[in-house]
Amino acid sequence: MRVLMFGWEFPPHIAGGLGTASYGLTRGLAAQPDTEVIFVVPRAYGDEDQSIVSLIGANTVPVEFKKVRFNYFSKPIDKIEVFSKLVPYTDPEDFWKMTRGEVAETDVLVTTNKSGKVDFTGSYGASLMDEIHKYSMVAQVIASEQEFDIIHAHDWLAYPAGIAAKAVSGKPLVIHVHATDFDRSGGNVNPVVYNMEKEGMDAADKIITVSNLTRDIVICKYNINPDKVETVYNAVEPPHHSELDVPERTYDDKIVTFLGRITMQKGPEYFIEAARIVLSRMPNVRFVMAGSGDMMERMIRHAAALRITDRFHFTGFLRGNDVFTMLRMSDVYVMPSVSEPFGISPLEAMQSNVPVIISKQSGVAELLTHAVKVDFWDIEAMADAIYGILTYPALSRMFIMNGKEEVDKLKWDKAARHVKNIYNEVLKQTS
Amino acid sequence: MSTAQKKAICLYFQVHQPFRLRRYRFFEMGHEHYYYDDFMNESILRKIASDCYLPANKIILDLISKHKGKFRVTFSLSGIVIDQFRLYAPEVLASFKELAETGCVEFLAETNSHSLASLMDRERFERQISIHTEKMVEYLGYKPTSVRNTELIYSDEIGSWMADMGYKATVTEGAKHILGWKSPNFLYCNSINPKLKVLLRNYTLSDDIAFRFSNKSWSSYPLTAEKYVSWIKGLGSSSDIVNIFMDYETFGEHQKKETGIFDFLKHLPDVVIKKTPFVFMTVSEIADNYQPVAVLHVPSPISWADEERDLTAWMGNELQTAAVSKLYSLSEQVNRCGSDQLMRDWGYLQSSDHFYYMSTKFFSDGTVHAYFNPYENPYQAFMNYMNVLSDFEIRLKAVAPANVHDEEVNRLAAAVETKDHLISELREKLTKFEKKGRIVRTKAVKPKREKSPAATAKKAVAGKATSKKPIVKKTASRKTTAAKAKK
Repeated sequence: MRVLMFGWEFPPHIAGGLGTASYGLTRGLAAQPDTEVIFVVPRAYGDEDQSIVSLIGANTVPVEFKKVRFNYFSKPIDKIEVFSKLVPYTDPEDFWKMTRGEVAETDVLVTTNKSGKVDFTGSYGASLMDEIHKYSMVAQVIASEQEFDIIHAHDWLAYPAGIAAKAVSGKPLVIHVHATDFDRSGGNVNPVVYNMEKEGMDAADKIITVSNLTRDIVICKYNINPDKVETVYNAVEPPHHSELDVPERTYDDKIVTFLGRITMQKGPEYFIEAARIVLSRMPNVRFVMAGSGDMMERMIRHAAALRITDRFHFTGFLRGNDVFTMLRMSDVYVMPSVSEPFGISPLEAMQSNVPVIISKQSGVAELLTHAVKVDFWDIEAMADAIYGILTYPALSRMFIMNGKEEVDKLKWDKAARHVKNIYNEVLKQTS
Repeated sequence: MSTAQKKAICLYFQVHQPFRLRRYRFFEMGHEHYYYDDFMNESILRKIASDCYLPANKIILDLISKHKGKFRVTFSLSGIVIDQFRLYAPEVLASFKELAETGCVEFLAETNSHSLASLMDRERFERQISIHTEKMVEYLGYKPTSVRNTELIYSDEIGSWMADMGYKATVTEGAKHILGWKSPNFLYCNSINPKLKVLLRNYTLSDDIAFRFSNKSWSSYPLTAEKYVSWIKGLGSSSDIVNIFMDYETFGEHQKKETGIFDFLKHLPDVVIKKTPFVFMTVSEIADNYQPVAVLHVPSPISWADEERDLTAWMGNELQTAAVSKLYSLSEQVNRCGSDQLMRDWGYLQSSDHFYYMSTKFFSDGTVHAYFNPYENPYQAFMNYMNVLSDFEIRLKAVAPANVHDEEVNRLAAAVETKDHLISELREKLTKFEKKGRIVRTKAVKPKREKSPAATAKKAVAGKATSKKPIVKKTASRKTTAAKAKK
C-alpha cells in the first residue's frame, strides 16, 4: 500500500505538535509491512533551503524528489518537497492577528521567525490563501505522477491539497485533524479557515482525530456524521536525549515549568495565578514559563503586578535541546491549556521523569492515568497539585515511576497500525 | 451435645461508613481545621440508612420474632459509624438497639476507627478496641464477647492479643493461601493462644450474595433462597459450620432493592429451618458449642479484601505506606496532647478507608475501591489526605512538642528565661546597692574607697558571665549571684 501524505513540516524543522505527530506517524507507518509513504511538505522555514524559495519566487513550483533513509527502518520514505512560502503550523495565530488587522504593515513577506513576531504583510491573508491554493495545484501534479492507493492530509492547510489529489486520482482521502480553528481561536472562529476545514471534512472518506475532545468538536461544530470520525491517539518517540547533561543545580529550589507557546489557548495566566498561591505558602520554589507568544508581554506584566517575579522566570523561546534540558531540570510540568486537541509535551515530560499536571480540557487527559488532571480554570486545584508533588516525595516518585511506564507504552507503531486499519477499511468501502 | 451434632450457619454483617474528608487545599493549612465533608457524609449515610440499614433491620427484627429465636445474626458496627448514626440518623442506632434487645443478635467488638492499628502495635490496637467497647455499652447497652479486626485483618499475633484481652472468638477470611486443602467450614483456633476460636469466611457462598446476586451473566442467576440453601445443604457431612460474612450494605445498597435482595433475605431463614438440618448461630454461640478441629497458622496478616486477601488494599503502594507511617509517627505526640478535638480528628484520620482510596489497584480492579469514593484517583486521595494530616500535625505541634528532644529544648528555654529574669532582678538590686555604695562613699572615709569599686567590678563580671551562659553554669552562677546578693 502506498500512501500519499500531505504534511506541513518535516524534521529537522518541527515547530509544533503537528510536525512531531505527523513525523511519528509516518515513521510508524513505514515500519508496517507493505506500506510505503510519500510525504509532501511545503518548505519555507529558516532552513538553508529557504534561500532557494526566495530565489524561485512564487510563480514557479519546482518539485524535487529526495530519498530520505531513516535510521530505524530499512525502508526508505519518499519525501517530496514543495517549495513555497507557506508558514508552518505555529503561525495560524499570527495569520489571525493579521486578518484582524492587528498587524498593519506593508512590507512584503520575506521570512518568518519563530518568536511569533513575524514580519507579515497586510496582504498576507490573501497571499496565504494563494499559497494554499498553489499547494493544492502542486498536489494535483504529484497525484497524477505518483502511484498510490490512498491520500492522507494533515490539518487544514493541507486539506485543499488532499481534496485536489483526490479529484485527480479518484483515490480515497483520509484527513487527520490535529486541531480545529475552535482550539486555536478560543471560539472566535475565522470563517475562511472554518470553510476550508469543513470542505476537507466533507470531502474526506474518513476523518482521524487526535482525541475524543477533537472528535466531538468535529461532529458537533462541523456537523459531520459520527461514523466517519475516528480517534487515533498520538504517541511519543522514545527519548534520544538521555545523553544530555543537565546543569547541576546549585540551589535547593524546586522548579515548576510551563513549556509552550504563550497564547490564550495554552492558558498561561492560570499558571501564573497558581504560582501566586503556591509562592504565598512555599518559599523554596521557582516557576518557569518557557516559550514565547503573543501573550508573553502581558504575562510578564501580570507576574510583575503580582510581585512574584523574583520567583517567576521567563526564558523566551527555547530551541532544540534546551527544551529537554528545561524539562529534565523540572520537578513538575504544568500544562494548563484551555483547549488542547492532544498535547504531546506532557508525554515528553513524563519521559524525562517529570510528574505532570494537565488540564482536563486536553486530549491527552483522555489517555493518561498517571497525571494530575485539573480544570484549566481551577487554579486552587492546580496550586494544590503543585504543592502536593513538591512536598510529598512518595507522590512524586509514584508519578515518575508509573508515568514513565505508562508513556513508554505509547508507541507510534500502535497508532500506525490503527491508522493502517482505517486505510484498509476505507479502501474496502470505496472499492 | 445435641447442638454439636447439628450444622450451623453463621451470618455476620459488617456496618461501617467513614468520615470522608472534604477537599482540603494546602493553603488552608494552619488556618482551617475542619476536615470533613459534612454534606457528603450526611447524604451518603442518610441514603444508605433509608436504602439499607432501616429496611434490613426491620426485616431481621421481623424474622427474629417470626422464628422465635431460631434466626440469629451477628453484627459489628465501627465506632465511626456509631458516631455518624448519632449525628445523622439516630433512628438507625435505635433500631440496632432494638435488635440487641431481642437477645438473638450478637455484636462484635472491633477497632473504634476502623483503623489499621493492629498492624502498628499492640497498645494502639487494644486502646481502639476498648474505646469501641465503651461506645457499644453506652449506645447499644451491649458488651461484646467476641471480636473482629478491621476488614477481618488477622494474624497469629493479632489473634493472641485478642485472646489475651479475654475474647472467646474472632472472624477472618477463609483465604485459600492460608487454608490450602483445609475447609473453612469448621471451627479453628489461634496457634499462639488456643483459647481464641477462629471462624473462617466461606468466600464462595458469601460472595454469591455480596457480589454475584444481581449479575445476570452469572450461570446461577437468578439466585433464589431455595437454590442457595440447596448449595449449603450440599456441603453435607463435610462441614460443621457455614460462615457467611459480608458488608451489611449488600442489602439494598450494593445489591439494590429492585434485585430482590430483601426478598431473598426474608425467605432464607424459612428455607433453612424447614429444609435443612442447619440452625442459625452467632459467632460466640459457635465458639461455645463447637470444638476447634485444628490450629490455624497465619504467620503474616490476611484480610477479606480484593483478590489477594492481604493488606495490599491499604498498604500496597508507596503512597499508602508513606501516609500510614506519617500518620502513626504522630501517635506518641497525640498521646500527650490531651485535647478532645485532636483526639477526635486522630480517630477519624485513622480510618482505613482513607488509605483504601489511595490504592492504585483502583486503576485495574476498581469497582469496589470506587464505591462511595470521593476522589477521582489515588493521587488526589493522597494529596488531600496529606494536606489534612499536615494541618493536624501543625495543631499537634502547638499543643504537644514533636519529641523528647524538642521537649528538652523547650524545658531548657523556659529555664533560661527564668534565669534571665532572675539575673535582671539581681542586677537591679546590684545597681541599687552601687548607688547606696556611692552615697556611702561620698560620706565615708578614704580607706573604704579602694575596696568598694573593686567589689562592684567583680560583681559586674560575674553578672555578665551568668547572663551569657545561663544553662551550663546555671547552678554555679546562681551560687555566685546569690552570694553576691547576700553581700
